[in-house]
Amino acid sequence: MDELIIGGQKLTSRFFLGTGKFASKKIMRETIAQSGAQVVTVALRRVDIQQNAENFLNFIPQNVQILANTSGARQADEAVRIARLSQAAGLGNWVKIEVINDSKYLLPDDQETLKATEILASEGFVVLPYVTPDLYTARALVKAGAAAVMPLGALIGSGQGLQTKYLLEILRQEITETPLIVDAGLGAPSQAAAALEMGFDAVLVNTAVSLAADPVEMARAFGLAAQAGRAAYLAGKMPAGNAQASSPLTGFLHNE
Amino acid sequence: MSNTKNITICNTLCNTEILAIFNDHDPALLEQLAQEAQKITRRYFGRTISLYAPLYLSNHCANQCVYCGFHASLKIPRRKLNEQEIEAEYQALAHAGIQSILLLTGESRQHTPPEYLEAALKAAKKYFANIALEVYPLETEEYARLNAAGCDGVTIFQETYDQARYKILHPAGKKSNYAYRYDAPRRIALGGLRQITLGVLLGLADWRQDILALHAQLRSLEKEFPGVDYAISFPRLRGTYDYKEKNYLVSDAELVKIICVTRILFPRIGINLSTRESASFRDRAVHFGVTKISAGSSTAVGGYAGLGASPACPPDRAVLENAPQFAVNDERSVAAVKAMLEKQGFDPVFTDWRCLAA
Ligand code: SF4
Repeated sequence: MDELIIGGQKLTSRFFLGTGKFASKKIMRETIAQSGAQVVTVALRRVDIQQNAENFLNFIPQNVQILANTSGARQADEAVRIARLSQAAGLGNWVKIEVINDSKYLLPDDQETLKATEILASEGFVVLPYVTPDLYTARALVKAGAAAVMPLGALIGSGQGLQTKYLLEILRQEITETPLIVDAGLGAPSQAAAALEMGFDAVLVNTAVSLAADPVEMARAFGLAAQAGRAAYLAGKMPAGNAQASSPLTGFLHNE
Repeated sequence: MSNTKNITICNTLCNTEILAIFNDHDPALLEQLAQEAQKITRRYFGRTISLYAPLYLSNHCANQCVYCGFHASLKIPRRKLNEQEIEAEYQALAHAGIQSILLLTGESRQHTPPEYLEAALKAAKKYFANIALEVYPLETEEYARLNAAGCDGVTIFQETYDQARYKILHPAGKKSNYAYRYDAPRRIALGGLRQITLGVLLGLADWRQDILALHAQLRSLEKEFPGVDYAISFPRLRGTYDYKEKNYLVSDAELVKIICVTRILFPRIGINLSTRESASFRDRAVHFGVTKISAGSSTAVGGYAGLGASPACPPDRAVLENAPQFAVNDERSVAAVKAMLEKQGFDPVFTDWRCLAA
């Protein structure tokens, strides 16, 4: 069985789902339940700590792993605080570090993310940092104890797919000791399949699902695409190339 | 402006081109703008709309804005809430499900000094996830103090960027200092506040120029303080007082255009719509750009608890009936606005930001 192991937990689905932007919490719940996703992100800033009937958490199925995200944090110390608070609120110890200090592009602040990862990993959190696909950052995060590294494929919400492909390829070649998950920017299942074909361990998707005309079906499609991409990767894709004469450089030797 | 112009590249348009859009009355262009704005809003905000409520702490004001119902020389009953009354207002709002509030005062440093605001903020933290202020402009250190007391954001309207009109409209009081007000957003950001809402009061001057100037201020703030969450409000003037100037009034179609163009130019900023607008307008505006709306609003001091929710704060009819700052146009309750949003396929969000400062 081809499993992905993160924080000691075995996962069979390589499709992670974000829970923002849905038309209603009921649709969100239905989508999670039908998608096959075993990991879903939850923004603590959306969680009503006072626990009323509308509380977001009441709409998350019991059997999924919650990955609390620190959205809203602008510095490492805030991300750390949010992680601790979410643990105290019963969301568990899986945390996606999201530190954004640019409201125009929503790009992650890698330096602050690294600082938060160092602190939280040392406290025993299962830390999944969201970063730009920068090799130095990824290496440092692995060293800091990240359970997986989550580079962006394109700007959040853009649906542009794997715009950072060349950098992602470098990360995949160099970072082999820790799972890599493409997070942000994926707009279509084919892009998720492409990420898995490249050897990425999983994908995290939100907007492309929540804004689909039928989010449940779209989530299912992403789940299948992740499976297909993974199967292709394991099967060993043939190298791409152009059609050419069989021995263009050395054929003359045999043409006597 | 030709209809075939690709408006998705609007954020690269110069002011002349934006003005050409503003001055083009072709309904097909307006529809195109609305569709584009909707696409962008969905991409970044999904189908969520945040709800908040304004809460008036005081109607004392030292200024003479000629268009306002709190204007210093008007003989209206003046009142500011005491500690107990504030608590009662908070309870009434929290009871209605509100998690995000905007505390407002008239602009009187004397009656509502920073210490008063500080106390109100501290008390609000018990009830609400997100607290913002709309008060007179302050100094950087004062904003920092309010930040420490629990203030997440500040709203400050320049009212109009037309300096000649500004002078006529604000003839006396501290508010007549245009530059001090214009610089307030920078001081707010330097004071450490995370959320800044800017706006113009539509109806005071030529809206086209006002909107361009507002965009320019926002661009420069974004550059200097990229970590701040910005939002814009576009209240339209609604008379409660005998302000008769009709030359600058903004039509529904013009307001739609303002919202859409702003969304296209600033894809990720929040756009607020208050209950100054009618229910029917608000119900439609949520489809193309608005991300935050007030609900169940009272614009009178003591208006929430005073309407019968708490024995601690008996209704003061004189205040309630005679002196709101402006007339509310959408009187639906929080529950009714929430139901409207759900019916239209939106997720009404009450908690979308909480300060997690230690
Ligand atoms: S607009 Fe504000 S400052 Fe001007 S009179 Fe009204 S309350 Fe006072």
